[in-house]
Amino acid sequence: MDLGQLTQIGDYAWRIDAHGAMRVPVVLYGDRDLISAMDDKVFKQAVNVTTLPGIVEACYTMPDAHWGYGFPIGGVAAFDVDRGGVVSAGGVGFDISCGVRTLHTGLSRSQIESVKSELADALYRDIPVGVGSTGRIELDDDGMDAMLTGGAQWAVAQGYGRDADLHRIEEHGCMQDADPAAVSRRAKQRQRREMGTLGSGNHYLEIQEVVEIFDVETAKVFGLAVGDVVISIHCGSRGLGHQIGTEFLRDMVTSAEHFGIDLPDPELACAPIQSSLGQRYLAAMRCGINCALANRQIIMHLTQRVFGRLFTDAELPLLYDVSHNTCKVERHRLNGRDTALYVHRKGATRAFGPGHPDLPEAFSAVGQPVLIGGSMGTASYVLAGNSGGAELSFSSACHGAGRGMSRHQARRRWSGRQVTDDLAKQHIVVRSPSMRGVAEEAPGAYKDVHAVVDATHNAGLARKIAKLRPLVCIKG
Amino acid sequence: MVGEETANLERDSSGRRAGAYYEHYAHDADIGVRGIGDSLESAFAQAAVALTAVVCAPEKVTPAQSVQVVCDAPNRELLLVDWLNTVVFEMATRCMLFSRFDIAIRRNALSAVLWGESTDRSKHQPVVEVKGATYTDLRVQRDDQGRWVAQCIVDV
Repeated sequence: MDLGQLTQIGDYAWRIDAHGAMRVPVVLYGDRDLISAMDDKVFKQAVNVTTLPGIVEACYTMPDAHWGYGFPIGGVAAFDVDRGGVVSAGGVGFDISCGVRTLHTGLSRSQIESVKSELADALYRDIPVGVGSTGRIELDDDGMDAMLTGGAQWAVAQGYGRDADLHRIEEHGCMQDADPAAVSRRAKQRQRREMGTLGSGNHYLEIQEVVEIFDVETAKVFGLAVGDVVISIHCGSRGLGHQIGTEFLRDMVTSAEHFGIDLPDPELACAPIQSSLGQRYLAAMRCGINCALANRQIIMHLTQRVFGRLFTDAELPLLYDVSHNTCKVERHRLNGRDTALYVHRKGATRAFGPGHPDLPEAFSAVGQPVLIGGSMGTASYVLAGNSGGAELSFSSACHGAGRGMSRHQARRRWSGRQVTDDLAKQHIVVRSPSMRGVAEEAPGAYKDVHAVVDATHNAGLARKIAKLRPLVCIKG
Repeated sequence: MVGEETANLERDSSGRRAGAYYEHYAHDADIGVRGIGDSLESAFAQAAVALTAVVCAPEKVTPAQSVQVVCDAPNRELLLVDWLNTVVFEMATRCMLFSRFDIAIRRNALSAVLWGESTDRSKHQPVVEVKGATYTDLRVQRDDQGRWVAQCIVDV
């Protein structure tokens, strides 16, 4: 991206002033190098977002922003109903409520090291992963509707996990106002055998070691110390979310003219929040969020069972669960007034700061854990929400490294075997049903997660707490 | 990557590639699928072969079982997206892969028979699930040689 098009408004913040059809400016967060390297299409896509009705303040892009369908990935935009605001299926994405869940193990690296391969094999065997994998749970119509309204609370009631887990999940594990009647039969059919499956692509389960602590006090509150072993699960709402996204995107594309919305890009398809279509999408999308929360809860339970066989005392309590593809109603200060806004985060993580009323008591003093996934060979991070985040980005932070090259390019550059061997030299064990998939997800195909996280920290979006290094990666 | 039907690879008198074939093309994080053929139907069929080729090598998929589908849309472009999303849906819900597509299109209404078999992870070695076909880089048109080209980006 040409920096000459931007106005620098801080060491880590840049602005595209509103012009033409833009209703608000764009604010891009990142350091000079990240912004310079950012795809020009992020500029165009973020500008497009600012033309949508009812957008307030600005369209924000996170330091890991890259091209997405309609909205850039790493994009945040909030809409006000009273200003004719819209909800956009493209602003949430196909993988509704894709997110990261991190669990403590109470174990140290030395305890894991001797059984690393055994653990990898057991996790790979017990957690359905990759194309064509199905879960052991098959939901009938009533079970499906209960899952779609109950989320992780439903999963716990079915015996997958404990009540205590629910305090460590956004929305306490259950997104309210989800209506299964808004979800098509086809979407439900697509999910029927996919509960408790990891999926493929960039989804994974990793055993990780805490290798660095940046903020001792907050890390203590999060229960993290150097040498601790944790587990992170990255996946979303599986076939259900994809089908909801596909169907509503089509409905919104074909209805745009009826709503008088001029779409600069069909993937920006949206509907007025107060329209029947907008309300149906919100009700269905919330079911997608519940599906993702239930899915990660079940996978956590399967993981606990594997660890329980090898370490009889291991409980694997939940640190936190975040979603990074959502639209949620949140209260923010707008022109000095407390206002309910529909905040879209696509490839961006909610990052509520200390004292936010929606945080569990345990994190109230330090802010929300913000879980950032890296690539197989680099690192993941735990960050914490900042008090000033609300003014900067509606309390949002980055979500990962972001791809630096296409799958196509990655496949031409690396073989799966080569990637696996390189990682083995770094003592990282990989299990995957597809070597081609491993090649496409090669660490070199991703941007520098350290630079992304540093920029997020320095911009004040969230602060660095801990760095995690992968030991075992189960890759979809 | 360029995939081609094994038959009809000879070139005609004008030097153009004859027969129907598919291509993939790189696009940011995802991948583009493109079907090319002398008829709209063959271009749509090849776009679906390209979709399968995102997941696995189509030649590994035996066309042993058939599934009938229909879809319709307001225009050709939306019909392509609907068609590919119908194939995605059948792949996901039946745990099948498809390698042959017999298609009829009348006034933006499509009926088709998908031919394939159940996903076998050791035989097919599937790489990645396709989440859905998108409106990005969506084109259904004749090229300068008069052949139909049907393409879009698929989200994986």
